[in-house]
Amino acid sequence: MADLNAGSVVAARNAADVVTTKMTARNVNVYYGAKQALKDVSIDVSQENVTAFIGPSGCGKSTFLRCMNRMNDTVASARVEGEIKLDGEDIYKGGMDVVQLRARVGMVFQKPNPFPKSIYDNVAYGPRIHGLAATKADMDAIVEGSLRRAGLWDEAKDRLGESGTAMSGGQQQRLCIARAIAVDPEVILMDEPCSALDPIATAKIEELIDELRGRYAIVIVTHNMQQAARVSQKTAFFHLGTMVEYGDTSMIFTNPSEPRTKDYITGRYG
Amino acid sequence: MADQTSHTVKSYDDDIHQLRSLISQMGGLCEAQIIDAIDALTRRDAEAALKVVATDARIDALEGEAEKLAIQIIALRAPMATDLREIVACLKISSVLERIGDYAKNIAKRASALAQAAPIEPMVIVPEMARVVAVMVKDVLDAFVDRDPELALAVCQRDQTVDNFYSSLFRSLLTFMMENPHHITPSTHLLFIAKNLERIGDHATNVAEMVHYSATGHLISERPRGDDTAFATSAAA
Ligand SMILES: Nc1ncnc2c1ncn2[C@@H]1O[C@H](COP(=O)(O)OP(=O)(O)OP(=O)(O)O)[C@@H](O)[C@H]1O
Ligand SMILES: [Mg+2]
Repeated sequence: MADLNAGSVVAARNAADVVTTKMTARNVNVYYGAKQALKDVSIDVSQENVTAFIGPSGCGKSTFLRCMNRMNDTVASARVEGEIKLDGEDIYKGGMDVVQLRARVGMVFQKPNPFPKSIYDNVAYGPRIHGLAATKADMDAIVEGSLRRAGLWDEAKDRLGESGTAMSGGQQQRLCIARAIAVDPEVILMDEPCSALDPIATAKIEELIDELRGRYAIVIVTHNMQQAARVSQKTAFFHLGTMVEYGDTSMIFTNPSEPRTKDYITGRYG
Repeated sequence: MADQTSHTVKSYDDDIHQLRSLISQMGGLCEAQIIDAIDALTRRDAEAALKVVATDARIDALEGEAEKLAIQIIALRAPMATDLREIVACLKISSVLERIGDYAKNIAKRASALAQAAPIEPMVIVPEMARVVAVMVKDVLDAFVDRDPELALAVCQRDQTVDNFYSSLFRSLLTFMMENPHHITPSTHLLFIAKNLERIGDHATNVAEMVHYSATGHLISERPRGDDTAFATSAAA
């Protein structure tokens, strides 16, 4: 029976024993106009583990993710209450440089959204506005390094001048990850990054997430339970705007404590 | 646990239900095989014993079916949490039940051999031991059907009784064999029968552990094992 033990069955790797808290959220409430989309969400996101957000459509995963780099500022009707900190610093405090914040907390979206520019310029865009490269050679190095870390260098190195939009969906998504990495962020938020990709492109992104783990704090929203189980070490289950359960991925997928979590992940929801 | 809500995809429930009913059938057959084998032994009925031997093929066939279905569910449904635990438990339980069937078959083979030999006295303890073992198998299957971790735990605790039966039978058979070399052949058969029953008890305990894990997600913590017969010596030596 010992081999049935929950731990190693599910997650590729177990949650790190010693963790550094990268971001904390306390009692976050979000309203779109009069409608409350998130209720009292509190969570710690660590540097070492990949954190997955799962839950049925409309439960508030994207809303919460957008709170973490103040993307909701761009939604006119959205109002965010509570406290979110990055390395102990309140990201909603007055005088916070939001552009700088979004460089530190990057985001990758569901639909690959490269700029209608060359592959090179897609990656160079962020470093350019943040003045991260002094010379052309510096910029070349950043572009190459980012594309390499995104696992795209071999496919892109001979077509850097071509438009990013001319790549396949999977390549575009890795380009978007390269673009996020290029500004040397601390946290990468991914909102269903594989939902438009085929299984091979998906596997490449998952492998990439595994390689990036530890170097960046990573949060991923996914509707694919197996994906959450494969890539994350921590999982949070959201339901109707509340965070129902948060724990080690290996426990959530073998022995969740909340009936609502169990019903959702075993396909008994609704 | 017993009243699980339904899956959104109905055929998933059907699959699990079918798998569970295969296990129940296997369990029912195992229990009957133990009882029939011991019955053949006490009635010295070689023909009935051979029927038990032949029936074992049905348990083997059910195991094959259960394994196929479990693998299919894992491949097609990617089960999670309670479902995952349950299907893995079913897979393991089916192979344990198949082993239990083998032990019953072996008892029957020896029963048919013993039907030809002269009856020996320590025989009387065997049916009693078999009854306890058969009830363990029955109860653990009830615990499986009802997803009842308490009953599973109770079955585990009964394993000690079986071990005690075995130890005492072992000692009396040793004495018996030393008294008269003519007793050695029937005593040896009987000893193996008792050992088979003792193994069945252990396996019922394994099933109980799986039922408990499947129902609760927790392992029953290590229990002490009581079989110390390897070190026992004959009192009459
Ligand atoms: N810009 C908006 N204006 C008004 N309401 C919104 C807005 N964005 C989201 N909502 C509402 O907030 C709730 C949470 O939405 P959110 O997009 O965060 O869900 P989600 O968990 O990401 O869902 P999905 O899995 O479908 O992406 C929903 O009820 C949604 O209708
Ligand atoms: Mg969303």
